[in-house]
Amino acid sequence: MNTDKPAPRIRTMYAQKSEKNHVVKLGPDIKAKIGMQLRLMYGEVVDQGVPERFVEMLRRLDDPNCEGR
Amino acid sequence: MGLRKNVREAMLEAVPSLRAFAISLCGNVDRADDLVQEALLRAWANMGSFQPGTNMSAWLFTILRNLFRSEYRKRRREVEDVDGSYAESLTSLPEQTSRLEIVEFRNALKLLPSEQRESLILVGASGFSYEEAAQICGCAVGTIKSRVNRARSRLAEILSIDSASDFGPDRETRAVANSDIVRGDRS
Repeated sequence: MNTDKPAPRIRTMYAQKSEKNHVVKLGPDIKAKIGMQLRLMYGEVVDQGVPERFVEMLRRLDDPNCEGR
Repeated sequence: MGLRKNVREAMLEAVPSLRAFAISLCGNVDRADDLVQEALLRAWANMGSFQPGTNMSAWLFTILRNLFRSEYRKRRREVEDVDGSYAESLTSLPEQTSRLEIVEFRNALKLLPSEQRESLILVGASGFSYEEAAQICGCAVGTIKSRVNRARSRLAEILSIDSASDFGPDRETRAVANSDIVRGDRS
């Protein structure tokens, strides 16, 4: 039985694409868009800087009077 | 003494990026911060295993990832917090639309298999090379490349990005519909 080309269940162009294969060849603009979203999402956290608890923790690490924690 | 100081400074510098990575792994800020703290303590205790001259940031990411992996196995049944505590923890962002887009994007990322997600983030957001990402994940460079490619295609499907300008108001609705299709296809 040939199951290579199942009848499209959905008519939108997006769905047709997903029927074919998961590794679709993406244009550079789509890659750029995803890259931008990724960096926005990531940058949202990075921009918060170093929370005080880590500054404090690292300072204590370096204190010879309390090795370890 | 000098090494300890350098390591401490490198750790401090890596914290923001480690947090961003940790949040993308576990989807919960409090857990992510605990994970980062644990990773830093472990790195500090195992400073001897760091090879000077190699990328310290990649080393810290490797430790954090390994910790997450071993902890995740223990807590597998826990439901991850996708948009609950994390979304609430972010109070202000200049544009409401971009805020919404980020939340939507984060949710779309959650639909990816974890290996694809982490590979994409390491390469696309943390700024690591494919080689460094492979080292962090303990796999071949080719594996990272194919995971990143698959992650991008699936994201494009889930978010229905068909061109850079395709960010219409009903994108969310389509994203929901398409994510069901995508998951169905993978069965």
